[in-house]
Amino acid sequence: MSKFFTSSIGQKFFMSITGLFLMMFLCVHLIINSLLLFGDGELFNEAANFMSSNPLMKVIEPILALGFIMHIIYAAYITLKNRMARPQAYKVVSKTKVSWASKNMFILGGLVLVFLVIHLANFFWKIKFGTVATVSADGHELHDVYSLVAGLFKGCLLYNVLYILGAIFLFFHLTHGFWSAFQTIGWNNNKWIGRLKTISYIYAIIIAGGFAVIPLYFIFKYFV
Amino acid sequence: MKIKLNIWKQANAKAKGKFEKYELDGVDAEMSFLEMLDSLNEKLIKEDKEPVAFEHDCHEAICGCCSLYINGHPHGPGNETATCQVHMRSFKDGDTITVEPWRAKSFPVLKDLMVDRNAFDKIMAAGGFVSIDAGQAPDANANLVSKIDADKAFDAAACIGCGACVAACKNSSAMLFVSAKVSQLALLPQGKVEAKRRALNMVAKMDELGFGSCTNTGACEVECPKGIGIDFIAKLNREYLCASIKEAE
Amino acid sequence: MSKLDAKIPEGPLAEKWTKYKATQKLVSPNNRKKLDIIVVGTGIAGAPAAASLAEMGYNVKVFCFQDSARRAHSVAAQGGINASRNNKNDGDSTYRLFYDMIKGGDYRAREANVYRAAEVSSDIIDQLTAQGVPFAREYGGTLANRTFGGVQVSRTNYAQGQTGQQVLLGGYSALKRQVALGKATMYSRQQMLDIVVIDGKARGIITRNLVSGEIERHAAHAVVLATGGYGTIYYLSTLAVQSNGSAAMQAFRKGALFGNPSFIQIHPTCIPVLNEYQSKLTLMSESLRNDGRIWVPKAEGDKRKPSEIPDEERDYFLERRYPAFGNLVPRDVASRASKERCDNGFGVGKTGLAVYLDFRDAVAKQGKKVIKGKYGNLFDMYEKITGEVPYETPMMIYPAGHYTMGGLWVDYNLMTTIPGLFAIGEANFSDHGANRLGASSLMQGAGDGYFIAPYTVSNYLADEITNKVPSTDSPEFVEAENNAKAILDKFLNINGTQTATSFHKRLGHIMWTYSGMQRNEEGLKKALGMIADLKKEFWSDLKIPGKTDEINQELEKASRVADFIDLAILIVNDALNRKESCGAHFREESMTEGGEAMRIDKDYSFVAAWEYLGEDKEPKLHKEELKFENVEVKVRSYK
Repeated sequence: MSKFFTSSIGQKFFMSITGLFLMMFLCVHLIINSLLLFGDGELFNEAANFMSSNPLMKVIEPILALGFIMHIIYAAYITLKNRMARPQAYKVVSKTKVSWASKNMFILGGLVLVFLVIHLANFFWKIKFGTVATVSADGHELHDVYSLVAGLFKGCLLYNVLYILGAIFLFFHLTHGFWSAFQTIGWNNNKWIGRLKTISYIYAIIIAGGFAVIPLYFIFKYFV
Repeated sequence: MKIKLNIWKQANAKAKGKFEKYELDGVDAEMSFLEMLDSLNEKLIKEDKEPVAFEHDCHEAICGCCSLYINGHPHGPGNETATCQVHMRSFKDGDTITVEPWRAKSFPVLKDLMVDRNAFDKIMAAGGFVSIDAGQAPDANANLVSKIDADKAFDAAACIGCGACVAACKNSSAMLFVSAKVSQLALLPQGKVEAKRRALNMVAKMDELGFGSCTNTGACEVECPKGIGIDFIAKLNREYLCASIKEAE
Repeated sequence: MSKLDAKIPEGPLAEKWTKYKATQKLVSPNNRKKLDIIVVGTGIAGAPAAASLAEMGYNVKVFCFQDSARRAHSVAAQGGINASRNNKNDGDSTYRLFYDMIKGGDYRAREANVYRAAEVSSDIIDQLTAQGVPFAREYGGTLANRTFGGVQVSRTNYAQGQTGQQVLLGGYSALKRQVALGKATMYSRQQMLDIVVIDGKARGIITRNLVSGEIERHAAHAVVLATGGYGTIYYLSTLAVQSNGSAAMQAFRKGALFGNPSFIQIHPTCIPVLNEYQSKLTLMSESLRNDGRIWVPKAEGDKRKPSEIPDEERDYFLERRYPAFGNLVPRDVASRASKERCDNGFGVGKTGLAVYLDFRDAVAKQGKKVIKGKYGNLFDMYEKITGEVPYETPMMIYPAGHYTMGGLWVDYNLMTTIPGLFAIGEANFSDHGANRLGASSLMQGAGDGYFIAPYTVSNYLADEITNKVPSTDSPEFVEAENNAKAILDKFLNINGTQTATSFHKRLGHIMWTYSGMQRNEEGLKKALGMIADLKKEFWSDLKIPGKTDEINQELEKASRVADFIDLAILIVNDALNRKESCGAHFREESMTEGGEAMRIDKDYSFVAAWEYLGEDKEPKLHKEELKFENVEVKVRSYK
């Protein structure tokens, strides 16, 4: 098994496992975020506070962080190694018809990462280490995360555009990443390959679309 | 018709190569691509110039000798075609055709358009066989093989070892080649006994020889002259994972 | 005549091989590792022989000129491999297969060898299956079979239209296993230049490393040639463009006799010549004749589209002439019948040198899906080359040079007249007489490789245990290397104006015209003169660019063409000498009133084995009389 971790298939296996894990996280994240669209933030605040105070989350949070870091480190390592497998490039760039995303996963991932850093600085950092105003609801105090979010999108149109862009990068990353993860762990065959690719698109549309709807919602709310 | 050619020329494995431009007149649309190169070489020899070294043999898309990267496609235009099946009717008068050798660290250029694909032989030697000596075989009908398995095994076994998958892959990965052999033998009862060992050893050798890893772009299956699909790569991943777990036990 | 002792074991035909194996000399396992064997060629005979000998424990060195052993031209065999397993319960047996081959070979093959080939045929299928060759299966999981030309049973095993590839890869994988175990050493991209004979025994070879250009010496206790056939002598043939007759010629020049050189099979179903640049004719498997019907228009020069010609105006000439076998007559018969129609002006296509192979009825009866399942890859191949779709319009086909029944003369041990030099597979002359039946080349090659050579080579090596491998510094090696170098330098120093390919094309044209499907004395004599002139021109006007110490494909071609020229002279001499028609060898002077081939058994029931007497000297003929004790020699009729 030790060879497995250093083999090309093993390394790809970790990309897939971490990828699948992150994709599950995206689902949870989207469900909570979608509460931004309903009411005036009470629901969202309840959910956000539940997540941050839940003891389970204390365990999951570092695992999630580790998942991200592993995914990124493996991606960088594999990409570098794969580049070394072809020291001399072709003069004519490949004209083989394959999906654009599949060829540019590292770049797409990098763009998502840039977005992620900004995103963390915007929210995670402030919630965790900064001071967030509190509101009272039904007799208990809650961090007013809703205002933090709404404030950001209200304050600058650029942030709205940035979050939409982030969703687009994520969309392309997921169109390939989703089915590819199943392919790499061996859960695929010639019947499922078409189905998985379709599910990939559906998943990517729901996730990226869902995340893009939020800044759009705030654009309509504050700028139109 | 008249064709302009831009061909990689490299004197030997150590030399630095460069692209050389040629013009060829009177190209017949019915000529095969290889015959076009033949006539270029005949012309070059008569003009006291160095002919272009390239590999070809059977002209039936089965020997796997040809290894030309034509205008951004391994084996040139067309689906499920080897270079020998490309005809000049796929090109237009006045076209410029760029011809390059396979590019991969594991396939070093020997001369011009010839590359060394010995790495594939080494991978095969690492486990691409069933360990049975002549004379030990049981009756061929003793092990029944379902038609579905036999047909599927054949689809994988159709690989001609040309290396187009490596040439097409942005990572120079040999996964399609390895997966075809591993799958073929894993699908048949006679190959199942050694299936785990085979998967482990062939992948280890593939990694050792400097091929890249598979990022599932699917370029290999698009360019494979035998239409071998990446579902076999999924099967290899599965076989490899199971073998690794089994080995750890 | 001692030169031609075939060493056939005594006893009844069916017991000869069993008796041989029971009484042959053996080499004990611990002595085997002291013995070295060189195998040249990695096709369907060479790879299995090398693998099997290595499995036994001998040290094997394997050579091929391709970059990988997997590329040998056996890979292109399409239709199938015969085995007398009687899978279809249709009356097949070892004797039946033997009889079909003897008859198919027009009674010009050696009974004992042919029977042995039939005897081991079943084991081959077992062996290949065990290696993972995915032969076609029935839904019940048993082996599927198809029918081939010239027989009335269904005994051909197949893997779609790529049987040769699958069978070859079986042998290749067995070889790779031995390479990994260190018992076999692979030397690829090596062209053999000469055989080294020491004290009358084959002791090694001289090769040229095709990458570095270095000349190498390799010594061994025995040399096995599995170097294939020389059908490329016609330039345009179904063979790979690099297939050649050089190894056989090197053996011939060193004293091995050459058997029946003029027996060259012309395959009836090939894609016709399309243009003057063509470098190769593509075979369309004989299996297509199971469902395809061959015809030409009844009216001379009928230029209508095939679909516009109604049935009553079509001449299904094979079905008309040979009602019993119809479209499945043997290859030589089918080829000549097509040529006869075309020569008389009934041919179709642009050149008039083609006949139709029509699947209309089969598609209508069985449906496109079934036909696709059987021949899909062949139809695709045809479409890629010609741009036409065989499901809709008939294929156009014409005969082309294919397989050489002739080759190095070998005895029952598959040993040539040089002790220690073996020839197996297509490289020898032994099993197919004057014509080969479909799907029996893989059978014979694999049989030689897996189950015959390992025994007979051991039998020879048993007397070599005490002999050390000769030093490659011995004078014989030095001399052979110097000769080989001198020839290479000679090619480069001619500095003429014509390329090797242009000479090959011209030689091919002469051979096809005068020594192809039909031959006559006048034409053959004319050919001899033309080849002699061509030879002079070759050696005075050849142009080879580059140097010898680098990759030089033109130099490789030149050495092959030089050997082809000498081989052509041998072929024509043999064809001239045999004034009868038999199998693929059709002398116009010897035919029946109906235009069929006519054998002259009282004068020509022998194997013509030619001995080299020196450069530009007439070769000397030796005859191995053929005795038929187990079959009645009859007029071969497929009517």
